[in-house]
Amino acid sequence: MSNIVFPAETLDLIKKIIARYPDGKQKSAILPILHLAQAEWKWCSPAVMDYVATLLSISPIEVYEVASFYTMFHLEPVGEHVIEYCRTGPCCLMGGVEVYDHLKKRLGIQTGETTKDGKFTIKEVECLAACGWGPVFQIREKYYMHLTNEKVDEIIDELSK
Amino acid sequence: MKILTQHIDVPGIETIDVFMKNGGYKAVEKAIKTMTPDEVTEEVKKSGLRGRGGAGFPMGMKWSFLAKPEGVPRYLVCNADESEPGTFKDHYLMWKSPHTLIEGMIVSSFALGANTSYIYVRGELMYVINILEKAIQEAYDKGLLGKNILGSGYDLDLFVQPGGGAYICGEETALLESLEGKRGNPRNKPPFPAVKGLWQCPTVVNNVESIAATSWIVNNGGDAYAAIGVGRSTGTKLISASGHIKKPGVYEIPLGITVEEFIYSDEYCGGIRDGHKLKAVVAGGSSVPILSADNILTTDAGEKRLMTYESLSEGGFASGTMLGSGGFIVMDETTCIVHNTLTFARFYHHESCGQCSPCREGTGWMDKVIKRIETGKGRMEDIDLLVDVAKKIEGNTICPLGDAAAWPVAAAIRHFRDEFEWHITHPEEATKPGAVYMRPGASWSN
Repeated sequence: MSNIVFPAETLDLIKKIIARYPDGKQKSAILPILHLAQAEWKWCSPAVMDYVATLLSISPIEVYEVASFYTMFHLEPVGEHVIEYCRTGPCCLMGGVEVYDHLKKRLGIQTGETTKDGKFTIKEVECLAACGWGPVFQIREKYYMHLTNEKVDEIIDELSK
Repeated sequence: MKILTQHIDVPGIETIDVFMKNGGYKAVEKAIKTMTPDEVTEEVKKSGLRGRGGAGFPMGMKWSFLAKPEGVPRYLVCNADESEPGTFKDHYLMWKSPHTLIEGMIVSSFALGANTSYIYVRGELMYVINILEKAIQEAYDKGLLGKNILGSGYDLDLFVQPGGGAYICGEETALLESLEGKRGNPRNKPPFPAVKGLWQCPTVVNNVESIAATSWIVNNGGDAYAAIGVGRSTGTKLISASGHIKKPGVYEIPLGITVEEFIYSDEYCGGIRDGHKLKAVVAGGSSVPILSADNILTTDAGEKRLMTYESLSEGGFASGTMLGSGGFIVMDETTCIVHNTLTFARFYHHESCGQCSPCREGTGWMDKVIKRIETGKGRMEDIDLLVDVAKKIEGNTICPLGDAAAWPVAAAIRHFRDEFEWHITHPEEATKPGAVYMRPGASWSN
């Protein structure tokens, strides 16, 4: 796993991120860097977390305990597209349960699973702060709102290409 | 009366040029060039503005608690970790009009004497973080951020910090822990952040909407802001409206309109969706008590309930609720209260940081027991068991998450006990898809 090194431009960005905090407080950069790491390597493997620790001159446990607390970080391998749907009250009121059932049927997997071709992972998450536009799911940075079964099919078709 | 969203639909308002053409950043100029920090604070105090994140604590008073020891940096941290189910107003404001927040950040930082400020945004909103960072760069380019702002000698750096997916980080001391690169475990208070906050330095943490409102207060004066609203509920409030209404979305209301007007007028929610009737409302985000249609529209005294901190809480928890964060969730007669309560209980179970036993264990048990009832395996004594667990969490935790977890469960049982009982006595019927209990004689209409 010696190939875990950020590209040069990301390393430059990380320097700028660390400069946002007072001297000696570089640990504050853990969350921003974990986001960059996950964007780069899809999930936060122990090797990736160890690398983040070396970048910040802190011990690996300090990264593990943070990465395992915050739910956005995948500590297991995931598919190419991670679909994170909101399971909380307001999205359920808007028919979320039916739409998410359709999503699972369409992909033939349950929550927490990845399709055999490694293309999709489904995760359920709590409120995404988009309640008036529900049901909602998120794939990476993008929010997909006002979901219906038809819309879900369109999105999956598009991403399957 | 619109203060925060007046120009939100102007095309290009997310760019600094359009924002400034519409009067943006005038408050920065006025505050920095013509006022002292204390004068800005005085106007905010006069405005009566109360924290819009949910607690409703007077903002000017919170500012006045900030310790100012010589030679120690002070920080302003904006709480944009909006995660309370039902609440999406800060998301909307930052997405549509990022400069509205940035202008407020500059004015507020100046008032507090902060030279470095952070906006802590929940990590899921990475696209909003990108919008904010672009807008911040525009403000630097115009000399509104950085060294010697507008030639005044005042310096301010502003940074955006992403969260990582944790509701608890909306609690201000957990947010500070997170900003320090740690797990979001709330701190014991005292010391309060105003004395020992970020990196043990004096810190003010304010909600997006509160900070954004300070620009208008500087431009127009605290008295003008206080003239809007009713009593101690001054100014305007962003309400996130979701659920079974014709027009879900974010609305800026002058505090003091009736709940009835908010739900039924075309200016706001536009009424309940066609062919359905109002059953219940959660008025201030998932943590506040749910009320039935009758209780939300009318107080015990028979008066129309108003959208104010005081009116919504009239009747205490027996018949009232709270304005909270303004997460207004509307439910019609097709809603199963038990299922809705389960999603909330599951939420708090998932989001408990695990630091305090009553919350860590109690939220787990409430989730489990409600799930048992929802799936037709409940026992009649489960209902009182839930009430008992809720009571034992409430008030017994370091931070308010415990209360937030206990209240919705207790309130659902208080107002819809028959619905829980029906699930227990009619398990086969209750577990059919879409099955909803209809209270005998209930019209659920108004």
